[in-house]
Amino acid sequence: MSTSGAVATAADAARIERARALVAAVPDPEIPVITLADLGILRDVRLEEGRICVVLTPTYVGCPATEAIREEVLRVLADDGLADARVEVTLSPPWTTDWISEAGRERLRAYGIAPPHTMADGTAAGEAPREQPIRLVRAQPAGVACPRCGSHDTERLAAFGSTPCKALHRCRACREPFDHFKPY
Amino acid sequence: MSVHLECLLRLADSALVHSQRLSEWCGHGPILEEDIALSNIALDTLGQARLLYQHAAQLEGAGRDEDALAYFRDEREFRNFTLLELPNGAGPRDDYAVTIARLFLQSALMLHAWDALRASSDAQLAAIAAKSLKETRYHVDHAGQWLVRLGDGTDESHARAQAALDRLWPYTHEAFEDDEIDREAARIGLAPLWSTLRPAWLATIDAVLSEATLRRPVDTPFRSGGKSGAHSEYLGYLLAEMQVIARAYPGARW
Repeated sequence: MSTSGAVATAADAARIERARALVAAVPDPEIPVITLADLGILRDVRLEEGRICVVLTPTYVGCPATEAIREEVLRVLADDGLADARVEVTLSPPWTTDWISEAGRERLRAYGIAPPHTMADGTAAGEAPREQPIRLVRAQPAGVACPRCGSHDTERLAAFGSTPCKALHRCRACREPFDHFKPY
Repeated sequence: MSVHLECLLRLADSALVHSQRLSEWCGHGPILEEDIALSNIALDTLGQARLLYQHAAQLEGAGRDEDALAYFRDEREFRNFTLLELPNGAGPRDDYAVTIARLFLQSALMLHAWDALRASSDAQLAAIAAKSLKETRYHVDHAGQWLVRLGDGTDESHARAQAALDRLWPYTHEAFEDDEIDREAARIGLAPLWSTLRPAWLATIDAVLSEATLRRPVDTPFRSGGKSGAHSEYLGYLLAEMQVIARAYPGARW
């Protein structure tokens, strides 16, 4: 019994890892250069009574990409023979842009989107961030670096952009407009 | 209906009705950036409404889903604050000052409400509050900055911003006037007692109003009753427009 149990466990672990690798590589539908793993919204992959269960957390609560992401995750798993996989959505702990990986930040920059600055101080990835003090009229974030030329001589044009997570900025050095992934 | 469900529907309906009013600017914003900003904020509040309706539907366990709660209840069953159903303008034309003033008053309220609701005895409501709080900070910030620009702008923008505040202010009292449901929700740890949020809310309001050179309107005895289902004449029209497709084609998918 114990031997077959150990075999089953190893096989299960391999299944979970395979499913996790597939799901981790799914691109964000709005910003396809980064993956779900880069974005930090893939919270867990586990086996429940023989079925793969993928735990995701939403970015913005109203973001229309959430549904597309869920469907894509199920499609990728079904293509790999896991048609009975399911997706569970958890809200807690709430997603924060601090969970975007270093590789993800670099890919955002290369894509022309200034990555978010960190909100939390000294909290490790995966931990709930320390809350920002609630301030009303925030000072403009000091010169978000232009993803094209690197200059900090930039200004915010609009606090809301083409997706819920982005704001529109302009670089005064190279004159190019660019998106900034808002700290959340 | 249980106090728990009432409490969730007040939050959900307020979020949905406010979202509907904000989304009326989609394609009609005064400038493109504001069109996008208000649509984004409408999307955030719609997202909040959906989470709350899903949770309420599950709690109710009567076979209704989020769409049934949003599209197949009538005016008297809605529990949103009256403030949020008022039209975007004071007259026949939409007025951006009214929209911004309302967005500021309501977001500032929810800033403190979501903050307190993170400690709710209902774990899912607490989780929704923790997420919503993050987005609400951006809403307060945005509306506050615009209120300063309008109030401390031209004579015309100042006058219209002040008129908007004067018009909306009487409707803000409703939120802080605790009724039996509010008191019971607070007693069981579900929600804060809303009256206790008013000092912090006023501090948030006053800080921006003083920078905007606007005056806080005088409190009057008028109390609206939207959270108990007694609405203004405007909600029926809003719901008619919002619900007509779902009711004409029940169960339609796209």
